[in-house]
Amino acid sequence: MIEFQAVTKRYDDGTVAVDHLDLTIEDGRVTVLVGPSGCGKTTSLRMINRMVEASSGTILLDGKDIRDQPAAALRRGIGYVIQNAGLFPHRSVLDNVATVPILLGTKKAAARKRAAELLETVGLPAEMGKRYPGQLSGGQQQRVGVARALAADPPVLLMDEPFSAVDPIVRDDLQDELLRLQSELGKTIVFVTHDIDEAIKLGDKVAVLRVGGQLAQYDSPSALLAKPVDDFVASFVGRDRGYRALGFLSAHGIEVKPVAAVALGATVDEARRALEGGWAVVVDDTRRPVGWVSEVSLSTVEGQVRREWLVSGGSLYVADAEGKAGSLRTALDAALSSPAALGITVDGEGALVGAVTAESVLAALAKARQAGEVPL
Amino acid sequence: MSNVFTQVVDWLTDPDHWKTTLGIAGIPQRLGEHLQYTGLAVLVSALVAIPLGAYIGHTGRGGTVVVGIVNSFRALPELGLLILLVLAMGVLLAVQALTIALVSMAVPVLLAGTYAGVRNVDRAVVDAARGMGMREWEILWKVELPNALPLILGSIRAATLQVIATASIAAAVSLGGLGRFVVDGNAFREYDQMAAGAVLIAGLAIVVELVLSGVQWLVVSPGLRKPKTRGRSRAS
Repeated sequence: MIEFQAVTKRYDDGTVAVDHLDLTIEDGRVTVLVGPSGCGKTTSLRMINRMVEASSGTILLDGKDIRDQPAAALRRGIGYVIQNAGLFPHRSVLDNVATVPILLGTKKAAARKRAAELLETVGLPAEMGKRYPGQLSGGQQQRVGVARALAADPPVLLMDEPFSAVDPIVRDDLQDELLRLQSELGKTIVFVTHDIDEAIKLGDKVAVLRVGGQLAQYDSPSALLAKPVDDFVASFVGRDRGYRALGFLSAHGIEVKPVAAVALGATVDEARRALEGGWAVVVDDTRRPVGWVSEVSLSTVEGQVRREWLVSGGSLYVADAEGKAGSLRTALDAALSSPAALGITVDGEGALVGAVTAESVLAALAKARQAGEVPL
Repeated sequence: MSNVFTQVVDWLTDPDHWKTTLGIAGIPQRLGEHLQYTGLAVLVSALVAIPLGAYIGHTGRGGTVVVGIVNSFRALPELGLLILLVLAMGVLLAVQALTIALVSMAVPVLLAGTYAGVRNVDRAVVDAARGMGMREWEILWKVELPNALPLILGSIRAATLQVIATASIAAAVSLGGLGRFVVDGNAFREYDQMAAGAVLIAGLAIVVELVLSGVQWLVVSPGLRKPKTRGRSRAS
C-alpha cells in the first residue's frame, strides 16, 4: 500500500506542483493519476521513488517512510517505466532488461536467462534480445521497457505516460497487454496519463487531479463517469460519459432475438426467401457472421451468395464468452453500427447466436437502474 | 631543377636517412621522439580533460565557466608559449615545457568533446537509469560515458592529429621529433629534407588516424554505430 499524507511539492520559484495530497493506493490494483498538464500527476508519481523529493508531508510504502532508506536502494525495489521507454542505446535488449537484477547482484548469466523469459512474457520473441534498442519500433521498445521494470519482480510498478508516444493502434495493443499481464501478476501499479479514456480502460481506481496539484476526485472508473463531483471532473471526463458508462454494466440477461441467417454459397433465391425485415446475416461454414444481404443487394444478382456482394456488418456483441457477458456498451454499439439495426450476437467461439436491438439495451439499462446497479 | 617529388622520394629512400650515423639521428629515431612527445601530451591531456569534462557534463555545474576559460586557451600561439616556457623553466626542462604547450592545445578539444558527449546523452535514458536505482557514479560510468564514447573518441582523434602536427615545434627548442627535418632543412636550405619532413608528419598523422578509427570501431557499442539499421530501412 502506498499512502500520501498531506504531501506538498513546492519548487524553488514558488510554483506549487502538488498541494496537500492525501491518497491511498491499494495493493495489487492499477491506480491511475489523470489530469490536464500542470496538475502534478507526474510529480506525484516521481515522489514515490524519490525522483522528486516532497517539500512536506510523508509518503509511506507498506507503512514505512520512503525516506528511511537511500534513494537508490528504494528505487531498485520499484519498477519504473517512462514515456519513450528510455532504453539504454548502447546495451542489447537483453542486457537492458537484466539491468536491475545485475545491480542487485544477480549473476550475469542468470539475469540474462530471466530477461529472455521476460521478453516472452511481454509478447516479444526471445531472439529479439540480441538486438539494440535503435533497431526496435516504438511499441517494441515500450514492451522492453515494461520487461525491464519487471525484471527484479518488484511489487510496485510506476508508469509515467508509458504509451502516449506510440500510435493509437499500438497503444491499444499495449493497454490490452498490460491488463493481461496485470491479471497474471497482480502488481501494485501507479499509472500516469493525460488521456481519460486510457485511465478508464486501465484503472481499478482513478485519481483526477486539477491544475495546482489538488485531488479533485478519487473513485472507480464507473463512479467517475456516473457521478463526477464537480464541473471540472465532469468536463474532464468528457461528453460521451453516459455512453461510456455503459461499458461498466454487464449485458447479462439482455434479450437476444433469433435472426435470419443464410450460409455462404446458398442460392440467391434461398437468400431472398430467408430475409426478415429486408435483411439476413450471412455466415460461413463455422457459423461465424461475415456480413449482411438485403433485398436491395440481392435484387441485381443471381446464382450463389458470394462474399463480394455482402454489405459489411457492424461491431459484434460477444454474449457469454467463458461465462462473461459483454457490456451494455458493446451490445449497444453492435446494434447502432449494424446496417440492419440488429446487433449481431456471437458466442465465445464467434458463432452466430442471434441479434440485439438498441431498445433491448435501453430496457436492460432501465432494469439495472431499478435494481440500483447504476452508481448514482 | 629536377621535380620536387622525385627529390623528396630520393631523400626518403636514401638508406643513410634511415639510420643514426655520427650522432645525426635518422628517421626511425625522430619518428620515435615525435610519437613519444605526442603520446605523452595526449595522455596527460586525457587524464586532465576527460574526468573534468565528464564531471561537468554529468552535474551540469560550471559548464559555461570551464568551457569559456578553456576556449580562451585555443587562442594561444603554441610556438610562442613553448619558447616562453623554456625561457622560464630552463633548457633542462624543455620536454616538460613542450608537453605543457601541447597539453594546453589538446585539453580544450578533449574537454569540449567529453562535456558535449556526456551532456548530450538522452535525458530520458539518464532519468530511466536513475529511476531504476543506479547511483550517480553508476549512471556516469555505465550509461553516460558509454553513450558519450563516440564523441569522446572523436575528440581524442582530433586532439591527437593536432598534437602530431604541432609537435614539430619541438625542434625550435633543440628537441627532436620529425620537426627536426623541417627546421634543419630550412636552416641549411635543403628543401628536399624540409619537404620530406613535412611528408613524414602528414603520413604519421594519417596512420595514427586510421589506427584510432579502428580502435573506435572496436570499443564503441554496436548499438551506437551509424548509420542506424532501423526497422524501416530493412523493411523496404
